[in-house]
Parts: sequence; structure tokens; C-alpha cells
Amino acid sequence: MSSIFHQTVLTALISGGIVAGVPLMLTAIGETISERAGVLNLGLEGMMLVGAYVGFIGAYYGHSSWIGFALGAIGGMIACSFMIVLCVWLGLDQIVVGIAITLAGEGITSVLQQAQFGTSYPRLGAMAEVHIPLLHKIPVVGPAVFEQHLLVYLGVALVFVLVWVFRHTNVGLNLRAAGEKPEALDAAGVGVIGTRSYAVLCTGALAGIGGAYLSIIGAGVFTPFMTQGQGYMAIVICMLARGRPAWVLVASFLFGICLSITTALQLAGINISTDLVNMLPFIAIMVALVLFGRRSYLPPALAIPYVRGAR
Amino acid sequence: MSAIPVRETLPMVDEPLRPQRSRTAARAIDLLMRSLVPVVLALVAGGILLVILGRDPIQFYSDIWHGGVQQGSWQDSAMRMAPLLLIAIGLIFVFRANIWNLGYDGQFLLGAAVLSGLGPSLVTHVPLWLAMTILFLVAACVGAAWTLVPAGLKAVYETNEIITTLMMSFIGVGVANILVKGPFQDPTVNIPQTKVLPLDKMLPAIPGTRIHCGVLVAVFAALVAYYVLTRTSFGLRIQVLGANPRAARHVGVQVRKLIVSSFLVSGALIGAAAAADILGVWGYSRANWNPAYGDTVIPFVFLARLNPLAVVPFIAFYAVLSTGGDLAAQNANLPTDFMLVLVALILLFMTLIEFVGRRRELGQSYLPEGLREVFRKPLMKRRPVGSQEAA
Repeated sequence: MSSIFHQTVLTALISGGIVAGVPLMLTAIGETISERAGVLNLGLEGMMLVGAYVGFIGAYYGHSSWIGFALGAIGGMIACSFMIVLCVWLGLDQIVVGIAITLAGEGITSVLQQAQFGTSYPRLGAMAEVHIPLLHKIPVVGPAVFEQHLLVYLGVALVFVLVWVFRHTNVGLNLRAAGEKPEALDAAGVGVIGTRSYAVLCTGALAGIGGAYLSIIGAGVFTPFMTQGQGYMAIVICMLARGRPAWVLVASFLFGICLSITTALQLAGINISTDLVNMLPFIAIMVALVLFGRRSYLPPALAIPYVRGAR
Repeated sequence: MSAIPVRETLPMVDEPLRPQRSRTAARAIDLLMRSLVPVVLALVAGGILLVILGRDPIQFYSDIWHGGVQQGSWQDSAMRMAPLLLIAIGLIFVFRANIWNLGYDGQFLLGAAVLSGLGPSLVTHVPLWLAMTILFLVAACVGAAWTLVPAGLKAVYETNEIITTLMMSFIGVGVANILVKGPFQDPTVNIPQTKVLPLDKMLPAIPGTRIHCGVLVAVFAALVAYYVLTRTSFGLRIQVLGANPRAARHVGVQVRKLIVSSFLVSGALIGAAAAADILGVWGYSRANWNPAYGDTVIPFVFLARLNPLAVVPFIAFYAVLSTGGDLAAQNANLPTDFMLVLVALILLFMTLIEFVGRRRELGQSYLPEGLREVFRKPLMKRRPVGSQEAA
């Protein structure tokens, strides 16, 4: 059993956890923004897939991961513009539209993938990593944590920026008010619709980048339905973190490690059923919900469209 | 706000002036329009999408008609209806209570795995009718059991059931795969799948057709569900719970019990859907098999306004669409996932049409106030409308 704690295995576990955790983190951060603003975004799965596909196309033809991420963000924003128009502007049911966006995202990316590449799945080469000087020489942790794509560090930085935005800026206050008590925000002279719109737009962009990371760096290939429920996991992470970005960071990497544990165990020479391992993060979530669920917090105005003057 | 009450009273003043019959007729036409227009719009939009992809939409839709209705393929469509209809009714039970059971995949596949694991040995030991009944019940129990955790969490802690059912669904799919690859795998073949039921030990066909009698079970379930939901106190309690949980508690409904029981009914029906599909059509379960019936059923459940009888024609329509869609997609060299796009379009147009209809009923403009202002004066810096009244 000592082989589990072998250096390479631990390195693989941590770095796999980061690679699997970053898309979750980006998406969950996005969901945090829109949930705090009072929009329950169930279309994350679809937005991630659109981002993954568009981002992959960008990186494949543009030969640069950054073009891919930029296009992925745009793709996510286009997917979530349906959410903005239908749910935020017109006040339609957020759950139904979210399901529709997920279904459409799944369908359209699969159709486009086949129209573009037939049944072949072209692969991208490995993307450039940043080696942070000195730190990447630390044993075990060094190669795992400090030799990642630049986006990983930008994403982590974004989390802390967001903590600051929520706590110390007017924008953050507006976002929170839009979810806690939209009437108050409206009375203060700030448009609820506008606030929620840009919150959802951020969500779409972040989910798109998360999806793009999944296809460009995580897998190096786009396959239909490749997110496998990660959009929903992001929603759960966001709910467990109770809307606090720093907790989103911790939770996503824990779930990332759950997701990547298969490969690490295979490196250690332990073979257990992939089905069982794939269930681990979901079982972890259920256990977490049973234990802590009663204390999970959601903004009171979540999923309720804002109509001025309505009671 | 002073403007709102005026709007609400206007149609009431209007009502006695109109003759009774024309009002019900108009209402029926309105309902029909609201249900059919989204489907038509989605098909048109799907056609435009096909043109963009360089495919011939007319060819595509005629292929659907060809593969879904003509030359006896209507019988395949009818068989496809059985699981879809049972899932739809299962969803109606919870959606009426405003509970979101989105864990249908896990409930369905787990039921399918368990019953196709037990089935082959059971049918050799007991008479066919008894075996079929037992298998239906087993699948229903498995499906119901899989809703227990989300139901309990929702009832006791008010945990959001969308999340818990989805998580349980992923776990259920995993457990189903483990069962099919492990204890239930047919040792004589290399592929991970269960033993195949012999053809004469499956659900018997309706005389004169190939259609298995699981379809009759599904239609019967729709009738029973209609009766239960509209004519019994259980149905009424579900309706009250869905309309307003606080009001339900206030009038003495045992909300916790009702949440759990509506979840159980829903899970049982979804499990029964698995039984109808496995015992009627497939005869075995494969690992990593997921027809994802539930996803595609959802729009039709809403189009039918959560009415178990009205959902039947919609499900029939979708059964034709999906049976014929397999052929049409193959001919057009598209993945069958194109059907998901069509379903999503139906959902989107449905919410839009619903919005327009609700606005018209209230005699309001089709656009919300703020948005109307945006269109009227796009470049003006806007002041909140009526904010002084809100204070």
C-alpha cells in the first residue's frame, strides 16, 4: 500500500486534481456570480459544452490556446444570452430555460462536431506551461502546482479579485442586493435587470472558458457530451460554498482530486472499477449535502424573475 | 403601485358581457394554439438550422414521416411511446407539486439493470404473467427507492431537490453500470451486458400487431393518473402544495409526507417505464446504455400543461419524431443528437409563447415595462418607471 504515497503518484494526483478542478472552479465561480444576483443558471452544462467546442475550434485553427479561451468565452456568452433575454428581461422560468440551454448545447455541439470532423476526433498538442521559478523545484508539490498553464493562476487570482469585489465594491453590493432584495436595489436607483444581465453574462463567459479549458488542456480533444455532468457539479459546489468564492476554490479542487483519482490509482498499480471512481465526487456531494445541507444558503430572490411593483 | 389592480380587474368587468359558450371555445382554441405553435415554430427553426448545415429540411422531415409512421413503423413508434409515457406521467406527479425530480436517468437505468439481472432466471421458474408482474413491481420499487434520499432531504431540510436528484441520478447510472458489468453480467459473452430474455418470455404482443402490451399499461397508467390527480384528495393536495407550500401547510396538508409520497410515485412510474422498455423491446441491459428518455419528455409534459391525458398525443408525436429521426439523421449524415436541438427549441418557443399568452390575458403589452422603454428610447438615460410610487 505504500506505493500510493509514492512521489509520482502524489504529483499525478495533485496535478490531475488541478487540471480537473480548474474548469469546475471557473464555472462554479461564474455560477456564484449569477446566483448571488438571483439567477439560477441550470444551463451551465450547455454553456460549458458550447465553450468547449468553440474553444477547441479556436485553438485548433488558431494554434493558440488563448484564441481558444477567448472564443470559448464568447461562445459561452452567446449561449447564455438566451438566458439573459428570456429569464432576466422577459422573466420566464429559469429552470425550464436552463434545461433547454443544456439540451441545445449538448445537441448542437454534437451536430457541429460531426459536421466539422465527421467521426474523427483530432487532437491538440500539449500547451505551453508556465514554470514558476524556484517554486517548481519543490518535490511533489512543485511539478504539480507550479507547472500549470497560465490560465490556472489567472483563475485563482480571479477568485480573490471576486472576493474583494463582493466585499468592498459597489458592484459587489449591487450584485448581492439583486439576489437578496431586488426591490431595495431598484429603490436605490440601480436597475435590477441590468445588474442581473451582466452577472449572467459573466457566468456565460466563465463557463465558456471552463469548458474551453476542459477541451483544450484537460483532454486536448473535443468529444460530444464531454462535460459529463460537470456543469451540475459546479452548481452544487456553488451551493455548498454558500456563494463565497474562496470556498468555491477549495471545493472545486477537492472535487477535481476526486475526478482525477482514477489515473493516480492506475499509476499506483491499483485497479478499481472506473464506474465506482466516477461516482466518487457525486457520492461525496451527497454526503456533504446530508451532513451540511441543512445549513446551505441560497439568496432569497433566487430563480424569481423581478417584476417591478409586484408582490 | 396603482397601475396593477386596474389591469387585473379589467378582464373581470369584461366577462359577463360575453356569451358563455364562445368563451370556453375561445379558451380551448387558445390552449390548442399555445400547445401547437411552439412545436411548429421549433420544427421551422430546426429546418432553418438544417439549411444552415447544408441539409435538405424537407427531405429530413419526410424521412421522419417515412421512418416513424409508414410501412408498419408506426408500430415501432407506438412501442417507443410506452417508456416515454410512463416517464411523462411520473414527472407530472412531481411537477404538479412543484418538485423537480430531474433524476429520471438514474431511476430508469437502475430499474432496468436490476430487472434485467433478475428477469432471465425468474421467467424460467414462474409463469409468464406472474414473472412480468413481479418484474414491473421490482423495477417500480427500485425507481421509487432511488428517490428516497432526495425526498427525505427535501422534506426534512428543504434541500434543493434539483441538485440532489441530479446527483443521485449520476450515482444511479454508475451503480447500474457496476451491476451490469459485475453480478448481472452474462458470463457467456464478452460484452458487458445481462443475459438476454428469450423472445417468447417477453411482454406478449397485442394480437395482430408487433406492439407489446406495455403500451397498454402506459395508457392505462395515464388514465389512472388523470383520475388520481383530478378527482381525488391526493391530487388536490398535490396541486395545493405545488401552488403554495405555505398555504398547503396552513390548510393542514402534511407537507413532508406529501413530498415523500409524490416523489415515490414518480420514481415508481419511471422504474415501470424501464420495465416496459426492457421487457417489451430490448430484453437485456447493456453497460453504458442510456436512452435519456427523460430529457426529451420534459417539454411535452409542459406543453400538455401537466395533464396526464393531454400528454398522450404529444408523446405520440415525439415517439414518431424520435423513431423516424433515427432514420432521418442517418440519411442526412447527422448524429441523432440533432433531436435534442429540436426538443430544446420546442422548450424555448414554449416559454416564449406562454409569455406572450399570459401578457395578452392580462391585457398588457408583450414586453415588460423596462424593456419597452429600451426599445422606445434606446439611447436615453432611463429613470426607473414608477419608483416614486414604489416608495
